[in-house]
Amino acid sequence: MKKMMKLLAVSAASLVLMLSLFACAESPEEKKAEEPAAAQPEAVAETAPEAAPTEGAAPAEAKTVKAGFVYVSPVGDAGYSYAHDLGRKAVEELDFATTSFVESVPEGADSERVIRNMARKEFDIIFTTSFGYMDPTIKVAKEFPNLRFMHCSGFKKAENVNNYFGRIYQARYLTGLVAGAMTKSNKLGYVAAFPIPEVIRGINAFTIGVRQVNPEAEVRVVWTKTWYDPALEKDAAKSLLDAGCDVIAQHQDSPAPQEAAQEAGAYSVGYNSDMSSFAPKAHLTSAIWNWAPMYVKTVEQVRDGSWQGDQSMWWSMQDGVVDIAPMGPMVPEDVKASVMAKRDEMVDGTDTVFAGPIKNQNGEVVVAEGTVMADGDLLGMTWFVEGVVGSAE
Amino acid sequence: MALKIRKRDEPWKWGALVIFLGALLFSLGVSALLLAGQGKDALHGMNILWQGSFGNLWALEGALLKAIPLFLCSLGVAVAFRMQIWNIGAEGQFALGAIGATWMALSFPDLPWYGLMPLMFAMAFILGGAWAFIPAVLRLKLRVNEIISTLMLNYIAILLLDYLVFGVWKDPTSFGFSMTPEFTPGAVIQGIGDSRVHWGLLFCAVVGVGLWAFMRFTRLGFELKASGEGARVARYAKIRYGMLTMFVMCLSGGFAGWAGCVETSAVLNRLQPSLMVGYGYTAIVVAWLARLEPLNIAFGSFLLAALRVGVENLQLELQIPAAFGVIMEGMILLTVLAGQFFLTYRIVRVARNGEE
Repeated sequence: MKKMMKLLAVSAASLVLMLSLFACAESPEEKKAEEPAAAQPEAVAETAPEAAPTEGAAPAEAKTVKAGFVYVSPVGDAGYSYAHDLGRKAVEELDFATTSFVESVPEGADSERVIRNMARKEFDIIFTTSFGYMDPTIKVAKEFPNLRFMHCSGFKKAENVNNYFGRIYQARYLTGLVAGAMTKSNKLGYVAAFPIPEVIRGINAFTIGVRQVNPEAEVRVVWTKTWYDPALEKDAAKSLLDAGCDVIAQHQDSPAPQEAAQEAGAYSVGYNSDMSSFAPKAHLTSAIWNWAPMYVKTVEQVRDGSWQGDQSMWWSMQDGVVDIAPMGPMVPEDVKASVMAKRDEMVDGTDTVFAGPIKNQNGEVVVAEGTVMADGDLLGMTWFVEGVVGSAE
Repeated sequence: MALKIRKRDEPWKWGALVIFLGALLFSLGVSALLLAGQGKDALHGMNILWQGSFGNLWALEGALLKAIPLFLCSLGVAVAFRMQIWNIGAEGQFALGAIGATWMALSFPDLPWYGLMPLMFAMAFILGGAWAFIPAVLRLKLRVNEIISTLMLNYIAILLLDYLVFGVWKDPTSFGFSMTPEFTPGAVIQGIGDSRVHWGLLFCAVVGVGLWAFMRFTRLGFELKASGEGARVARYAKIRYGMLTMFVMCLSGGFAGWAGCVETSAVLNRLQPSLMVGYGYTAIVVAWLARLEPLNIAFGSFLLAALRVGVENLQLELQIPAAFGVIMEGMILLTVLAGQFFLTYRIVRVARNGEE
């Protein structure tokens, strides 16, 4: 009987413990519940005098823009979604805008549901930031003609859908100039995700940059068939290093290739954001995204009603969307200076990356001297320029 | 007095349900604590989760849509597991089914739906089944462990799919992006009425009932279950074990193939690599949760789909990391499986002198 009592006492104690834990869980809620209640009367008091003279007219109402963002990978990956999320945070800073996001959304069926749920919650503008969201975005946009959609990296548009992307190839070209000057073995490695035009264009721009300062150099490409897989990316980089490459560039979303380069005592060129902190000894520079200025501009357009659909936008260095990260201390001053001079040209709007003559891998001239590749051809680029070792398939 | 573990003399009636609900409650409780640990309002969060999973028609619609491929894959996995054949290859068989359906859709774009749909479903079943047939033969003839071979074939299947959409089937108007042309209307499974839920749901019901009837009423179904109890016993009872293995694997692969067909046709309307989001692996989780019973599988796939849909809502409203959903899912599976212990054992109080 005594033992029975003991058991009861123990279970009672554990019950109390459980309850107190739940009480802890609830307490933030109580606090939050109080806050809005307290805050609301003030807010009403503040806005009421202003709203009254205009009879509650539209301008006062239109002040809040809700912007939604859909990401394909976690925002903490220092990569592609991280860069977009920095843009979102800049929008969040605006006093008239609120934002929300969903991360790690697989392309395909799941993304359609996520985008539709955002639309149902009446987000004024929805940024869908991965290529695979294209069809779902168009589908959902058709059902919600009053909302606005921005799809990144695709090619479809509609009355209330714009597609947008950045000319990251401009930044790639500049990183190529740096890498070409730094290689000793004249073999550079490029860890690339998928053989689609966006990636191929970047490899080509990088190679053009490399060979402009170093005509003997070649760029070796390894496909990983994944955007984000740190272990696989690192292995791919190692295989390139083993093959004698002494600069590793990447079109991947994790800094793993940078780390592989540093471990092997080689150099590296990062992507998406400044990756210098991951491999300070190896990191020459990075091709980086800076979405903030155009995201802020787009949301401002939504607020003042000047936003227009049915457009394809390809933002450039001039718009501030693409750039290169500060070059590392190992890059000689004269190289830095000449690269920055090229960068200044691009910031001013001169883009000669794909100016002829450009030869393909077989040595045939594809872009004649005196001509520049048209945007349409760039967007559908499926062939490699001379100097790339690897297959574009 | 002490506590002791005793084996149950007879199964615990309703035990499975009690354990399942208990494990679910426990997982939700821990999840709430996790939310609170992140400084979020736990009760509000659970409410958002509920709203996003079952709270309104849209949520139900989303969950049903997601449950369809999961159900078919899981059904296939469960059939094989029933016979103690460990088919981990639903993912690859799913891909092959999608390839088969796409092949037909691209080859005969002008056929009306009543001509094209049967072709697509047939080819999806054949290719999915054939993909599962390979490990079955390897196991019977060369004694290759099917866990390894089915898993490896997944990677080959995905590469094959990539090869097709990056190569011969690539849409010429897609600016070089990897996707096939959009299917013609005859190759697209339409929505039921105005809803987003498509006729694949009805197909699921037919397949589910069919399989249940097959296992319950046919001789083959009985032999299959008997073989699951032990291969040697089955052979002794003159059951053609080898033939049955091949049959079961084909059936298993065919179901996953159908899932691929339905998903490609109804949801994506074209073949592209983003089709592969791991339904074949989640199906294994569902099959285990459901203890391999068709009706439970339907319930389980819907529950898991609803959970995933609900977690999206949670993300959107509270900005918690996506990993939270994965943690919740893992916890539910772990607690339910661990809870199975109580089905076969019970804990009894034993007095020191040995009396219970």
